[in-house]
Amino acid sequence: MSDKNSLEKLRKEKTLWEETKLRKILEKHPERFEKFYTNSNIEVEPVYTELNVQDLDYLNDLGFPGEYPYTRGVQPNMYRGKLWTMRQYAGFGTAEESNQRYKFLLSQGQSGLSVAFDLPTQIGYDSDHPLSRGEVGKVGVAIDSLKDMEILFDGIPLDKVSTSMTINAPASVLLSMYIAVAEKQGVAPDKLSGTIQNDILKEYVARGTYIFPPSPSMRLITNIFEFCSKNMPKWNTISISGYHIREAGATAVQEVAFTLADGIAYVEAAINAGLSVDEFAPRLSFFFNAHNDLLEEVAKFRAARRLWAKIMKERFYAKDPRSMMLRFHTQTGGSTLTAQQPDNNIIRVTIQALAAVLGGTQSLHTNSRDEALALPSEDSVRIALRTQQIIAYESGVTETVDPLAGSYYIEYLTNTIEQKAREYIDKIDKLGGAVKAIEKGFMQQEIQDSAYRYQMEIESGRRIVVGVNKFQIEEEPPKGLLKVDPEVGRTQEIKLKELKSSRDNLAVREALKELHSQAKTDANLMPVILKCVKCYCTLGEICDTLRKVFGEYKASITI
Amino acid sequence: MEDTKKIRVLIAKPGLDGHDRGAKVIARALRDSGMEVIYTGLRQTPEQIVETAIQEDVNVIGLSILSGAHNFLLPKVIQLLKEKNAEDILVISGGVIPEEDILGLKEAGIAEVFTPGTPTSEIIDFIKTHVK
Repeated sequence: MSDKNSLEKLRKEKTLWEETKLRKILEKHPERFEKFYTNSNIEVEPVYTELNVQDLDYLNDLGFPGEYPYTRGVQPNMYRGKLWTMRQYAGFGTAEESNQRYKFLLSQGQSGLSVAFDLPTQIGYDSDHPLSRGEVGKVGVAIDSLKDMEILFDGIPLDKVSTSMTINAPASVLLSMYIAVAEKQGVAPDKLSGTIQNDILKEYVARGTYIFPPSPSMRLITNIFEFCSKNMPKWNTISISGYHIREAGATAVQEVAFTLADGIAYVEAAINAGLSVDEFAPRLSFFFNAHNDLLEEVAKFRAARRLWAKIMKERFYAKDPRSMMLRFHTQTGGSTLTAQQPDNNIIRVTIQALAAVLGGTQSLHTNSRDEALALPSEDSVRIALRTQQIIAYESGVTETVDPLAGSYYIEYLTNTIEQKAREYIDKIDKLGGAVKAIEKGFMQQEIQDSAYRYQMEIESGRRIVVGVNKFQIEEEPPKGLLKVDPEVGRTQEIKLKELKSSRDNLAVREALKELHSQAKTDANLMPVILKCVKCYCTLGEICDTLRKVFGEYKASITI
Repeated sequence: MEDTKKIRVLIAKPGLDGHDRGAKVIARALRDSGMEVIYTGLRQTPEQIVETAIQEDVNVIGLSILSGAHNFLLPKVIQLLKEKNAEDILVISGGVIPEEDILGLKEAGIAEVFTPGTPTSEIIDFIKTHVK
């Protein structure tokens, strides 16, 4: 907080500057736009001073790194101790092909794995399901049973790497498969570190790979919280994701607001299921996007950290500091990449990755330049990883914690994003919480409005996307794009046939029967799912059994 | 003089992918340009899409796909339209579709493939020129 007299003096001087210096230049040269805005539509002034952040109280609002409210970061010394985990999301084709890609990435200095599953796996269909036709192995690796998972991690010591798995509706099944593979390697569950995304709410809002309705889905999620709190202390039980919300068109403010609103819903669900907040909250993790508006993005990460800390302390009475720490993974913004002049994407990714690092991310995926065209080639993935390594080892931004703190503009934006996100959360509370708001289509509508406005800004020329609506060139179609073998579907079908003729089908039937009956009770389903997985029930068989009990989610359509 | 009938468009998401930002932006832009637009929602099979198109008596089907399954799913829609004698419906598509696949899709009967970065105005013009 600033001294009153000096502020008064500053205000006078600023007014004088505006009326003389600034006005003179504006009369001669009008500015490029009448008004300037951030990506989230926050109006931007020509210059920021102490006047914009006069109520900022260092100890209360920022604090020291590793201390409440964690605005400056969750670790006391951040990247001076350990750099963020460089984690490239990868997976395509069969388990064999993806296993090769993982080994390549680890050999290039990547520090953790991140598994992309294909759409049938994400929606709980086996590769031989009619709806899987054409989709097998396309956007990720096809996993039908524990057999595939054993191949996927063959030769990768699971006690040495941490693995993140982008899996939501069937998260409990894939987590069980991971536990079973580790066991075969002789690694106990409590030695495993990694993350499952396990965030169904943003699937309803933005990503679309849901299976079951909200209520049984929330039960599966809290089952995982409970199971892991007892058996997997190093595992992140959820990755509450703003990434896809942003990709669907949300602004930075909406990304923070809707993600934290979803977070509140998960905390409430777990408390209602009988867990105490400090039992599970330390293992909650988050996942954010990084777009091009560099300074707004840095402020966004800081605002999200401070707001979550306050929510956990003031709303849920968390006592354990770890429950209040918002730890997050970042991925650069896929929707900001252009198919035109794809090499320009390397520069976009650099800006975005820098935002994530200046914002204090715990792990980072950098997109490859060719992702608006196809799955990334090995060369493109290497450049993306090198981008992180150059920021880490050459840029110098890692040598001190939260280096932009105290910038008037950054602190102003941090305050404004927090305040606007809070207003959204209040609105969602009034609608009855995140689940109700989603069922009413509230978040979806807000996101669509932003997406449409963004598109219209590009078409009117108010917003410039280099190479798309300005600085275009004639281009040859790009070469060397990665193509998934169209035979993957058939390969998986053959593997499934072999599996079903060689496994103990009696044990399979018994396990599925047990799953069916337990799903009808309020038992924790993790142990029985683990049992199903271990006797090689397929993902589709397990999910179909649950579909029979839980039913399927029907989305409300808004345009 | 004569009553100009509004162009009716079905925007559909074939396959399993859940990325419908583009589909929804296009749907709204077409609607704002005076067309009547129906959006199917996610995870539509080619059979469901064709059935809806015929039921709703649309002039145009816009297929949005980003999952990579376009070479299988899009020709299937065309084939089913032919079987139902509904090949007068103009079928266009958009999404992450590599250049080298576009020729094949056009040969299969997709009138145009709009890739990322296409202005909505270009799509509107295309529809207005090609719907008789």
